Amino acid sequence: MRRQLFWTAAIVAAIGTWVRVATADAADQPRAFVGARIIPIEGEEIPEGVLLVEGKRIAAVGPVGDVELPEGTEEVDVSGRVIMPGLICTHSHIGGIGGADGSGPIQPGVRIYDSLNVHDSGFKRAVAGGLTTLNIMPGSGHLISGQTIYVKLRFGETLPRRIDDLFIFDEDGRPTGGLKMANGTNSMRDPPFPGTRGKSAFLVREQYIKAREYQAKITRAAGDGSKLPPRDLHLEALVEAMQGRRIVHHHTHRHDDIMTVIRLSREFGFRVVLHHVSEGWKVADEIAAAGVPCSVIVIDSPGGKLEALNMQLETGGVLERAGARVAFHTDDWITDSRVFLRSPALAMRAGMSRQAGLESVTLAGAEMLDLQDRIGSLAAGKDADFVILSGDPFSVYTQVLETWVEGQRVFDRSDPQDRLYAEGGYGAGHDQEPYLCCYDESQQEAAQ
Amino acid sequence: MIAHRPLCRTATRPWICALQCVVAAAALFSSSVQAQIAVRGKTVYTMAGDPVEDGVVVVEDGKIVAIGAAPQINVPDGYEVLEAEVVTPGLIDAHSAVGLTGILNYDHDQDQLERSQAMQPELRAVDAYNPHEELIDWVRSFGVTTMHTGHAPGELISGQTFVVKTTGNTVEDATVVEAMAVAVSLGPLAEKEGGKSPGTRGKMMSMLRAELIRAQEYAAKQAAATEDEESETTPARDLRLEALSRVLDGELKLMITANRAQDIASALRLAHEFNVTLWLDGAAEAYLLIDEIKAADVPVIIHPTMMRAFGERENLSYETAATLVHAGIPVALQSGYEAYVPKTRVVLFEAGVAAGHGLSFDEALATITIDAAKILGIDQRVGSLEIGKDGDLALYDGDPFEYTSHCVGVVIDGEVVSDVVR
Repeated sequence: MRRQLFWTAAIVAAIGTWVRVATADAADQPRAFVGARIIPIEGEEIPEGVLLVEGKRIAAVGPVGDVELPEGTEEVDVSGRVIMPGLICTHSHIGGIGGADGSGPIQPGVRIYDSLNVHDSGFKRAVAGGLTTLNIMPGSGHLISGQTIYVKLRFGETLPRRIDDLFIFDEDGRPTGGLKMANGTNSMRDPPFPGTRGKSAFLVREQYIKAREYQAKITRAAGDGSKLPPRDLHLEALVEAMQGRRIVHHHTHRHDDIMTVIRLSREFGFRVVLHHVSEGWKVADEIAAAGVPCSVIVIDSPGGKLEALNMQLETGGVLERAGARVAFHTDDWITDSRVFLRSPALAMRAGMSRQAGLESVTLAGAEMLDLQDRIGSLAAGKDADFVILSGDPFSVYTQVLETWVEGQRVFDRSDPQDRLYAEGGYGAGHDQEPYLCCYDESQQEAAQ
Repeated sequence: MIAHRPLCRTATRPWICALQCVVAAAALFSSSVQAQIAVRGKTVYTMAGDPVEDGVVVVEDGKIVAIGAAPQINVPDGYEVLEAEVVTPGLIDAHSAVGLTGILNYDHDQDQLERSQAMQPELRAVDAYNPHEELIDWVRSFGVTTMHTGHAPGELISGQTFVVKTTGNTVEDATVVEAMAVAVSLGPLAEKEGGKSPGTRGKMMSMLRAELIRAQEYAAKQAAATEDEESETTPARDLRLEALSRVLDGELKLMITANRAQDIASALRLAHEFNVTLWLDGAAEAYLLIDEIKAADVPVIIHPTMMRAFGERENLSYETAATLVHAGIPVALQSGYEAYVPKTRVVLFEAGVAAGHGLSFDEALATITIDAAKILGIDQRVGSLEIGKDGDLALYDGDPFEYTSHCVGVVIDGEVVSDVVR
């Protein structure tokens, strides 16, 4: 496994170097976005600001006149615009996901990224909505439906060719991601799936206990290969969750299901983010007291299934006032990434504060993915992930004009192809055309 | 703009100030009580001419009796006066399934699609509508006062639609037009699996044409029999053919849900062949057939702006409403039919996003008020604030389309039916 990791890291490093060399001139020239209203998230809004980008990172943020621009800086006039951090969606299903199958309710060994199509047009719609980082997850039809993947939407000049090009690696060179779990009605089905809530919780506890024993065996073996248990990919993922290295992203709607998640997370020590949380308003104090963050869904009406019957636009605000950390998510295809800012805006309509609304799609989301040191606010040293908006983030009339990821523009509304994905229209729903460099020539050769 | 401004009422007599209670009581007994009411707005969008700044609308016995700038309008003593930043006509949802498709989404509250046969134009919406359905309250709390609802897209002919106000204890109380259209779906929506018909687009059209021809023959026999009362050739009454013959004589419209351009073309072809009044519904790729739709003089009840773009709707555009309106095609927006979550959309939100993607404010508001009323043929009663029309109004504390504005009150036939701030 070590060797595998080494090679992965080496290849990644090599690709990184190649990309850097290939684009060194363009990417390394400092670029300053001057004159926009800047919403840095951490700290006050800057009415007329400068965002200085060097390479993949933010070099400085401040009012016009306060930021010193290095020699050779390209200045971009963005006066009248609004700049905020790239949006972070803590719960997305785009990319043609295919996680766990129908063979059983608990399949933590399944990795969602083994199913993803980087050419899926969903990614292009996401950048058109100002999204820069996603947590792509398998669905909620299982108690444990597999491992999620955190991705950066690196659709810059060098287009991604496979999903791996979007990974966010940790210090050990491993792609970062969480573990998707669910309770309530979605994961209750015919056997071997559970039929009741009691059985659901039992099946989950049973597996985590197994994982604990698995881990204990590995510890006892103390590196002696003859004593190691056979490698178990399912239990391995649960061990990672219990070690805090893989955050559990837990689908849960009803108040009692929410409390069950908190109970299980305490028993097994996994870090958890509550997702959807339709009845979170009923147990907001309990959620806040448990210190568990919430990624809330906002949809246009309650119902559609029993456990979403009491969905309220007020939930985000109620949780905020109780002291819980709140993010929103698209759940794309449930809501469209292009109108992600609508979710915090509707929550604000129902009582959430503007600051919490701003953080809910940026810094709060970053925290829920353990990425707050790299993304989620505009500050020197953080990744240069940001959006340029035509107006206030929470106005229905505002358009995303540009989206930038790690110093590269990944969406430009003035580009006709990008605009097609932003607005829709003929061809917007198809996969991107793959670039087949030698198809014509090889065909001609074959003909000769 | 004042955020979170509650529905503010001033009254000519102090005791009316305990209005929350009065209004609650009025709502309980709404069928018998008709309050006299005036609505004052900093901006009143009448949808019949320019907006009126500091306008007042006076509603007496359920009908609008006066409208104009506040200084020119006399509000009689004893009238309840509501105030808001913005006042619009009550919103019209030009195509919904609310009232038939219940909030729980369990079999027992889902009456929008009868799966037993591909063609059942005889199914009446009035027999399936639940006026107590919670989603009615939900859409009403955002300003929707009139809905064209009924059997949903999803079968070749799913049944009939009708028009209701979003109030009333019984379906009879709610009904505005008892039968409006026969709902047809083309493309994958109507496709059946397992060797059942229709399995292809070609078969769909052949089935529809055959059925309409049967209806033509039925109508001809009925007409002949009416002329000759002694005739023994009077055909037995057939509710299915009767419904289609009402389509043929224009009494009912043919509403065809078609999203792909080829399905839209088929709908136009069918309407031309049988000379029926067609409403195009959904019409995701309508922008590819602007000239043809214009030439056929057909209105479009366009899909919800934020409808999910996949399958036959993968090419839908946020800008289609604007494209069609600017081409001169009559357009109304709809909440549509949702099979999962959200169980219904809200036309206010859909029009808002359309206003963010090419429609002007006035054009977007028209798609959910006067233009919708004209397409549905109910503009003599609703859709604009004019003397003689129904006292249906929606009150907002700011630009109705802004995500962070609130609907602060809804009036139907002169009754306050919602004072939730939402």
